[in-house]
Amino acid sequence: MIAVEGVSKTFGTQHVLRNVSTVFETGKVNFIIGRSGSGKSVLTKCIVGLLEVDEGRIMFNDRNFTAMNEQERKAVRQEIGMLFQGSALFDSLTVEENVMFPLTMFSNMSKAEMLDRVNWCLKRVQLDNANKKFPAEISGGMQKRVGIARAIAMNPKYLFCDEPNSGLDPQTAIVIDNLIKEITYEFNMTTVVVSHDMNSVIEIGDRINFVFEGEIWWSGDKVDILKTTNDELNNFVYASDFMRIVREKLQ
Amino acid sequence: MVFSHRMQIFTNIGRYALLMASVFRRPEKWKIFYRLTVLEIDKIGVQSVGIVALLSLFMGAVICIQTAANIDSGWIPVYTIGFTVRQTMILEFSPTIIPVIMAGKVGSNIASEIGTMRISEQIDALDIMGINSANYLILPKLVGALFIFPFLIVMSMVLGITAGAWVGELAGVISMPDYQTGITYDFRPFQVAYSLIKTTVFAFIIVTISAYYGYYTKGGALEVGKASTQAVVYSIVLIMICNLLISQLVLT
Repeated sequence: MIAVEGVSKTFGTQHVLRNVSTVFETGKVNFIIGRSGSGKSVLTKCIVGLLEVDEGRIMFNDRNFTAMNEQERKAVRQEIGMLFQGSALFDSLTVEENVMFPLTMFSNMSKAEMLDRVNWCLKRVQLDNANKKFPAEISGGMQKRVGIARAIAMNPKYLFCDEPNSGLDPQTAIVIDNLIKEITYEFNMTTVVVSHDMNSVIEIGDRINFVFEGEIWWSGDKVDILKTTNDELNNFVYASDFMRIVREKLQ
Repeated sequence: MVFSHRMQIFTNIGRYALLMASVFRRPEKWKIFYRLTVLEIDKIGVQSVGIVALLSLFMGAVICIQTAANIDSGWIPVYTIGFTVRQTMILEFSPTIIPVIMAGKVGSNIASEIGTMRISEQIDALDIMGINSANYLILPKLVGALFIFPFLIVMSMVLGITAGAWVGELAGVISMPDYQTGITYDFRPFQVAYSLIKTTVFAFIIVTISAYYGYYTKGGALEVGKASTQAVVYSIVLIMICNLLISQLVLT
């Protein structure tokens, strides 16, 4: 479980996060949704320690991440896997080397053991024939899968996914969504997905946090979100014609 | 406006110092560090041998011909040509001009490589894994450059002086015995040491300044290009300033 308690973050005079408090539960796919510029990416960066919070604290299973020194944080970071918006694969390494990278850096496995683990991870994301390819030689959807394989290589307790579906066609997006859901349940991870894709939210979201102007405006599950009377959330959820048709059908 | 520009300078110095503090840490795994350092020696040094050799050969030859063309007086001995080629190559061309060229070749490469990693979130990925990204990315480049630059510079000196001898004889401006007298006349090995000190300092400047501009790149492709240009410009400016300071400190 990850608990965010009273977190605030300011850039100059701009308050990006204001006293944000929420909980991301273990074994569930937790969503952070919101419009562009609402503060959801900053919140995620604060949680994983890429940005320092001005106030408040981040708890990883009763461990106060905010109060830790760099060495202590390193131990927590090795329990975190992250899938980036652009996959963030290392261009100069092959798919196999990318997935092996965290193992090379932090495990004491032999080369053969590492290769076994890499092959298992790649098989888990249904990508068994791309070991020797470079990121530039594979499609966007395949890059995301490699990103997931790299994220789970160290058997993490926490998985963060930043806009996992951006730039993907709807079918591939659903494949990635389902992969995230399956992995979360299979390994009982605390998964946090940052997105503004309502399809993903409805498809795999267990708990949803709506961020508006740097605050958690609404929290609930995917059934509640469709019935919400919150104006700001309604405007966000039903921004597209498709979702408005869904609302009419529901009514 | 002037105040904000001055503040920007202090901000840059502060951030550069913080970056260096992160760079000079114990590597995560020595085995990986050695492997990366060898790769950087190849990328920074071995792959620059061609351009350094070419420039040094032509510069040595040109200095020989120009010196010969400018010696009108019969009172000036012919071996002065060899002496001038040696002094120019050892004192200035090889240790200063070659690093300036390397700032363009290697510096822009380092800035754009690290800058692209920054904007494509590869550096964030390293940080989230718990890896000291500055140390992982910059230290092997720095150690590689500090190791290989002196070899390149010595090679440049030898090739420049040799090219001067060949061209001098082929053009008929100086005989080989005269040239040999010139290049050995009043030779002080300390001058080679002084050149290598300069080279080492310039290697440090090129790698760290370029890495700094790459590491703090924000935005997109346009900013990577800008970072690359800034890396080259500031590296060259600092090389020139340090050249003056080291010359003053060591030679006087």
